[in-house]
Amino acid sequence: MTERLLDVTVNTRYPYRYSCGTIASEFFAALRDEKKILGRKCPACGRVYIPPRPVCGPCWSPTTEWVEIGPQGVLECFTVVTFTFLDPMTGRTRPVPYGYGMIRLDGSQARFQHFLEESDPGKLRVGLRVEAVFAPERKGSLSDIQHFRIVE
Amino acid sequence: MARRAAIIATGQTRHASRRRDVNIVELIHEAVRACLEDAGMRPADIDGVVIGNMEHFEGVYNADLWAVDGVGSLLKHSMKVTTGGTTGASVAHAGFYHVASGLFDTVLCIGWEKQSDGDTTAGLIFQSDPLFERGNMAGAIGTFALAANEYMQKFGITEEQAALVAVKNRGNACLNPHAHLRKAITVEDVLASRVLARPIKLLDMCPTSDGACAVIVASEQVAKKKSPNRPAWFKALATRHDQPFNADLPMLIGMRTLTEAAREAYAQAGITNPRKEIDVAELYEPCTFAELSWYEALGFCEPGGGGRLVESGATQLGGELPVNPSGGVISTNCIGATAMIRVAEAALQVMGKAGDRQVPGARLALATGFGGSWWSEVTILGAEESP
Repeated sequence: MTERLLDVTVNTRYPYRYSCGTIASEFFAALRDEKKILGRKCPACGRVYIPPRPVCGPCWSPTTEWVEIGPQGVLECFTVVTFTFLDPMTGRTRPVPYGYGMIRLDGSQARFQHFLEESDPGKLRVGLRVEAVFAPERKGSLSDIQHFRIVE
Repeated sequence: MARRAAIIATGQTRHASRRRDVNIVELIHEAVRACLEDAGMRPADIDGVVIGNMEHFEGVYNADLWAVDGVGSLLKHSMKVTTGGTTGASVAHAGFYHVASGLFDTVLCIGWEKQSDGDTTAGLIFQSDPLFERGNMAGAIGTFALAANEYMQKFGITEEQAALVAVKNRGNACLNPHAHLRKAITVEDVLASRVLARPIKLLDMCPTSDGACAVIVASEQVAKKKSPNRPAWFKALATRHDQPFNADLPMLIGMRTLTEAAREAYAQAGITNPRKEIDVAELYEPCTFAELSWYEALGFCEPGGGGRLVESGATQLGGELPVNPSGGVISTNCIGATAMIRVAEAALQVMGKAGDRQVPGARLALATGFGGSWWSEVTILGAEESP
């Protein structure tokens, strides 16, 4: 007997191109050209934002100053992803296992979310010092930081 | 001055991981028909419609238009609301505001999701910031793994305590004919289940479901004259959003938005001791660890006390403050409907219509919604009208 309940499958390639805007463009250019991580400082409360943005929400103050932060910091929480899933950034299954976590970069109160080089959960713990590893070929996006590695 | 409003009817579909027997409009229609039948109403009795889901999950953006016939909204006032995981609660709140404004008397509110038509984790990643967060996040599972890691580290919460949430909620789901996963599990089952992203295991996490839920919000006049059910009166509602990035939050699972929304809702409802005064709660718990943390944010226990509270049995059916008698999100999760199911289940408790999962004599019920960048919505329904 033929199947009575049918599906229609759509596998559309549907590209997007997101404007970074002025602030994030400067941030990504500094990653690409100088291997520097820049935070954006609020003149009212002193908070250094990463991701950088033009205004501090709590103060409603325009941020005015770039501050170099990192490239080292402290791992505040982490996981190792072991389930497979479709990565909408590439249209392919993202390779697992991979570690990622939130890193409080030196010079910023914010906690930067990024990949970890280490994917053995037995070797990761909260409080580890980690540092950014830059990609050899950088294109002006977040992936210009390859991952963070444990500082011996 | 806002008018009084009440939920007078609810409807839910059969929830399952994949409802191939219905398309999106048929799924929506199933909940609408059930809700109208519960109210003893026809589309002609409805003044306006609010509908919502997470559009990017299915990749369809005009379901509110396609569904006009299935919803009964032909040539009626209709609007769509999408706020992420909180969508269903936002839709119910929008229904309340329609009626409270005095401009509408009966508003049909619908939350739905046909998650099997798309890919949930890809959809959730697509919801996050394209420049800074999509590249490394792993949907709700990855985010809650980070959050649970931090929560365990800060308060000494254990995986065994978290597992008790799954055991409780999945047990409750066996009493709920609408629940998707209706099979009791043990702590050992949870601990032995596949690790998705440490410390989150398969049975710590909500499923993905196809389903829809509808409620009718009515004015005082309609609720008193036409409702076949005991009306579930809106006593309080509040919503709070946080800054946009995980990086901005002092603690992921600490949920300052839920603390603040609860504080406002308790003030509106005149609640000073939530654990004693609230009879039943339906919380949007995407994973086991979240329910423990939500206890704390809602003031059911002290910060860090969530694990001990679940161990005490206080949140079981028959306990001091039953939480998620429906089985919760861990048992049923059709995301655009999920937060509305919390509201509908809270309404059913107040109506005395919750069947085998009824909390005897429930008069005051709390529902929460969770979503987006750690957003919160709190709804409190009561058997008595506000003065």
